Amino acid sequence: MKHIRNIGKYFIMLRKVFSNPPRGCDFREVLVKEIDDLILNSMGIVAFVSFFVGGVVSIQTALNLTNPILPKFLIGFATRQSIILEFSPTFLSIIMAGKVGSFITSSIGTMRVTEQIDALEVMGVNSLNYLIFPKIIALMLYPFIIAISMFLGVVGGWTAAVMGGFATTTDYIQGIQIDFIPYHIAYAFIKTCVFAFILATIPSFHGYYMRGGALEVGKASTTAFVWTSVTIIVLNYILTQMLLS
Amino acid sequence: MIKVENLCKSFDGVEILKNISTCFDEGKTNLIIGSSGSGKTVFLKCMLGLYKPDSGIITFDGLTYSEADYESQMTLRTKIGMVFQGSALFDSMSVAGNVMFPLNMFSKMNKAEMKARVDQVLERVNLQDAQHKLPSQISGGMQKRVAIARSIVLNPKYLFCDEPNSGLDPKTSIMIDNLIQEITREYNITTVINSHDMNSVMEIGEKIILLKGGKKAWEGTNKEIFKTDNKAVTDFVYSSNLMKKVREVYRREN
Repeated sequence: MKHIRNIGKYFIMLRKVFSNPPRGCDFREVLVKEIDDLILNSMGIVAFVSFFVGGVVSIQTALNLTNPILPKFLIGFATRQSIILEFSPTFLSIIMAGKVGSFITSSIGTMRVTEQIDALEVMGVNSLNYLIFPKIIALMLYPFIIAISMFLGVVGGWTAAVMGGFATTTDYIQGIQIDFIPYHIAYAFIKTCVFAFILATIPSFHGYYMRGGALEVGKASTTAFVWTSVTIIVLNYILTQMLLS
Repeated sequence: MIKVENLCKSFDGVEILKNISTCFDEGKTNLIIGSSGSGKTVFLKCMLGLYKPDSGIITFDGLTYSEADYESQMTLRTKIGMVFQGSALFDSMSVAGNVMFPLNMFSKMNKAEMKARVDQVLERVNLQDAQHKLPSQISGGMQKRVAIARSIVLNPKYLFCDEPNSGLDPKTSIMIDNLIQEITREYNITTVINSHDMNSVMEIGEKIILLKGGKKAWEGTNKEIFKTDNKAVTDFVYSSNLMKKVREVYRREN
């Protein structure tokens, strides 16, 4: 019952997020700050994780190609498919639910605890729009991060394959070009845009409606991470069914 | 003038405010006092529109908040200043940024005019040297003064303060009290203060309302508080020996 009520409350929140923007708000300034906090500050972890996961996928594939008949270019092919179809759009989003999601929940939750949200409301500012709308817009740049992740994942795979002596550069490049379906990129970016919206709104919901003190801010961050991850995984299933089958 | 009629508010079936009626006069510092849990903050938040009352009417110079349309409510909100218990300054903004925030949102001033207004208000609260600092870099008393500056920057008609001197040393408390009283008189605003600081009550309480168990137990001025034998007042105000002695001296001298 509580979950159903929360789902309803979430959609009511979304309606308020897109209504009554503050009149004199310097949106550009707020947006730049959000892009810095949510996108640019995530580049390091995204690059690091993508490069090494790409490398691991490449090594795992190479180690499983024990049959000499199987061509070496499959290493590049498998790495490309794993990174583009699932790792970058979905699993990186779950990592981002931990990083960006916790940041959003704790920052909005702290504003709730310290009455900063009440202060906005008393001034007549639509606090939901002021706090959450710029986050949604900033996270529309999230596909840009995912594109970098895809590139670095494939580069990581190439580095591991060549440096580990599993395949040559020619084999690997042949692998990442073979049977390439451009629609897979579109599929990945459609998923990414949906996940970006989820990443901005579910943690905001848990931060905005939390009650209590510092301990509850921590609990809200954990709850937000769990629900964001669950939603991303369920939507990943639905979107894959809709877009690929 | 703010008029409150038959205000009731409950949470999860527990009645917090029980049929409160009163009015707060213009150009005066009105104090709401009472022990912790007596409903002071809920009362204040109902007046501010942060909580929706279960029943009752709150009117601001004839405008009933709950019956007003969205535009009128928003216009009214620009006339309200609020000083929160913990100051509620925006962490990511400097002192000047915090004070400029309402101007950015609601005024039609250009940047230079806003800057001039911020300088003027910060000078009024004696914080002109701290304008580039972040809230975390200044003391609690200074944070309260920034909150006061932010609340008066749009020339409000109504000023609400929730325990403005909690956590402050006696000297800073007196300074904050005096500042609020001076601002109230200077701008002729209706000021409502939640407090359980007896010094504030005696010094600036031009009208005092005592809440007990969510009900209005007593109403009067800081002069009348010495004369009354109301049990709720006696229990709350004269619970300390110091206050009992103050009353004895006052009664002897008058």
